[in-house]
Amino acid sequence: MITLAINRLPVAVEEGETLLEAARFLGFPIPTLCHMDGLSPYGACRLCVVEIGEGPKARLVSSCTYPAQEGLKVRTASARVLRARKMILELLLASCPQSKIIQDLASAHRVSQQRFRQEHEDCILCGLCVRMCEQQMMAKAIGFRGRGETRSIGTPFDMKSEQCRLCGGCIYVCPACQLRCTYTEPDKAICGGCANLSPPCVEKEQFDDMMCYMNPCVACEIEKD
Amino acid sequence: MEKLTSIDSFHALQGRLLADRDPTIPTIVISAGTCGQASGANDLIRAAKRELLSRELTDRIHLRITGCQGFCEAEPSVLIEPRGTFYPKVGPGEMVGIIEAVARGEVLENLLFVDPHTGTPVEKQTEISFYKKQVRTILARNEKVDPIRVYDYVENGGYSALARVLASGDPSRVVEEVKASGLRGRGGAGFPTGLKWELLAKQRNGQGKFLVCNGDEGDPGAYMDRSVLEGNPHSIIEGMLIGGFATGANKGVFYVRNEYPLAIKHLTIALRQSRGLGLLGDNILGTGFSFDLKLVRGAGAFVCGEETALIRSIEGKMGEPRQRPPFPVEKGIDGKPTAINNVETWANIPVIINDGGARFAKIGTKRNTGTKIFSLVGKIKHTGLVEVPMGITIEEIVNDIGGGPVGRARIKAVQTGGPSGGCIPANRFDLPVDYDSLTEAGSIMGSGGMIVMDDSTCMVDVAKYFMNFLKGESCGKCFTCRKGTQRMYELLEDISQGKGTLERLSLLEELALVVKDSSMCGLGQTASNPVLSTLRYFRDEYVAHIEHRRCPGGVCRDLVTYSINEDCNGCGACAKQCPAEAISGTLKERHVIDSVKCTKCGNCRTVCQYDAVQVV
Repeated sequence: MITLAINRLPVAVEEGETLLEAARFLGFPIPTLCHMDGLSPYGACRLCVVEIGEGPKARLVSSCTYPAQEGLKVRTASARVLRARKMILELLLASCPQSKIIQDLASAHRVSQQRFRQEHEDCILCGLCVRMCEQQMMAKAIGFRGRGETRSIGTPFDMKSEQCRLCGGCIYVCPACQLRCTYTEPDKAICGGCANLSPPCVEKEQFDDMMCYMNPCVACEIEKD
Repeated sequence: MEKLTSIDSFHALQGRLLADRDPTIPTIVISAGTCGQASGANDLIRAAKRELLSRELTDRIHLRITGCQGFCEAEPSVLIEPRGTFYPKVGPGEMVGIIEAVARGEVLENLLFVDPHTGTPVEKQTEISFYKKQVRTILARNEKVDPIRVYDYVENGGYSALARVLASGDPSRVVEEVKASGLRGRGGAGFPTGLKWELLAKQRNGQGKFLVCNGDEGDPGAYMDRSVLEGNPHSIIEGMLIGGFATGANKGVFYVRNEYPLAIKHLTIALRQSRGLGLLGDNILGTGFSFDLKLVRGAGAFVCGEETALIRSIEGKMGEPRQRPPFPVEKGIDGKPTAINNVETWANIPVIINDGGARFAKIGTKRNTGTKIFSLVGKIKHTGLVEVPMGITIEEIVNDIGGGPVGRARIKAVQTGGPSGGCIPANRFDLPVDYDSLTEAGSIMGSGGMIVMDDSTCMVDVAKYFMNFLKGESCGKCFTCRKGTQRMYELLEDISQGKGTLERLSLLEELALVVKDSSMCGLGQTASNPVLSTLRYFRDEYVAHIEHRRCPGGVCRDLVTYSINEDCNGCGACAKQCPAEAISGTLKERHVIDSVKCTKCGNCRTVCQYDAVQVV
């Protein structure tokens, strides 16, 4: 067991556990976007940063990837942490304002406006879909390509992947959601083109049999009425 | 090539090579690194070979083709040994004259280097102001060896350090020696090398530790690692062999960026030769110590210089940093303990073993020992690679070695440490150059790039340039680094176009601090440095852009106008060069620029010999 202090509260955790797990065990809320139980931690969204160390050596680390260490002093909501989180949320709002998840997080942190040039991007490159596809669906159909501002997610060479079973897992986990599974053949994809964060079909019983190419995505709902 | 099977046979070979050498025979040394070749060294080599062969002088005059000698401004340069005569900027037609002079034992006065301050010619390389203040422990060896001849290296004392540690048979003493030397990693972060080795040596998992030579030098304007890789690959191989012996690693990887074809060629040859000599592979020199090296070429991502990304790249995965801990020294390549050192660090190892750690520690300052190579570039008279003891002031590097500003300009800052570094203003040039002082001043040592800027440089433009580089080279994993660099670029671009406001400037600063704070790897954590350090020392320039819509450096196109002042004598050179045909005027009378047509390309300013083109 490893003993550490989170917000001055001592806690003992198993070796190999992350700071995020330790903090959540104690009930300290830490917002996350790219973290999901059952998927490997990645540390892309940086929302879960916490402050460790003391004095001039204090620094921020992503709690979802940082392993718990003996004697570590962690602060999950210091001024420095909150400043970083607010700025990250502002950046997220500036890029992806349509996401309900991002809007909710922003409002919870009292970020009500953003000061950058407004963009409307479909993807925040959190990599949840990539990990979902690889680690839970055992498909590895999609992955990251490029770097820096040209980084994107998709299939190799943008060709239809033989590995993809159109399971829709990628859309299901997406916090910003759009077009993740559509790749080169939107008409054969599930919910292709949907800007809705939680497409209604996902909740339906017959979801597994669905091969939806209706336009707009919520067409199934409209017809029922 | 005979395979050496014992330490004695190595010493016998070295003795034989030394006995065969006649140091009195004059040798023409041609500097032919990538830079030398680009400025015409290949023509010199051809001319020299032709002359020596046709005049049957090959026994009386030797020719040595070496890697870079450091003085870029003077390339292609020729050095005559043992006299030490230095000829800068030699044209292919002048080679004949030089060979004739060498044959007669004379010096060609008219081709010598002329000191820009005194105006007098200087004959000897060591007396040229550029070389005088340098302590060239590593770079001077570039002149002594032909990088594709292992015997050249052995003859100059090469692999003696390896033979010595193998003969002593005590790995822990090697680690102690490196620790005593105080050598700190030359890649930029300055982690003590001896400590890293000690950590690696302590790792169990005996069969499968790795050593890596990080040759992924990506900073714009920095090329010291390239010149060592090209000019003296065996010194790095020797360093890694010693490291392998000291830490118990038996596999090594050279990670060299593919943009360095000559370095890769020379390394490949060097690896083949040392393997042929029995200095690499199984049972080295019959001591039972085995170590092998392979070469991995980087695919061009700047971020792969970061150690965890580099490891992933070697494993064949996408170059993307990961969380440390676990540190590479615990879990590196394929999960095995790995120590990664920079090219220059490895090249220092044989020096430390040969001279002793205590003697090495005497160079430089207390916590920053040894020498460091900087690539001195930018708005300065003598550009080139300079190797100086740690703790030397920036003033000495810029003014004494670099020869000061070009023309009438005034040097205003030095940018150190590449894109992740920062600017140091002229009023702080008394700062000693070492890891701690530079960090304190808001910059970093980095791998050793040093870009000199004068008053025609705009600091907003500099920050914008580096941010443009970083937004393309960030791996894109951390949202703050990827989006943060893009947004910082956006804000900087607005300021440089005169669209900035003071609120946006404070937003830029706020964002820069968060990017620095919350990114995972070294790239992201230092990505804000160009913005933060220029803001720290040159806030007035930002304010001038925002409040007065004026660019003090005359660089930001949207904020400047070109005009011709009364110094114009009407030569018409500018009008001929103007691509927009915006300059008009009659010959021998003052010309005028039509500001509507002017595209602000700056051609007129470059061609004007009378400083008559003004940018306000």
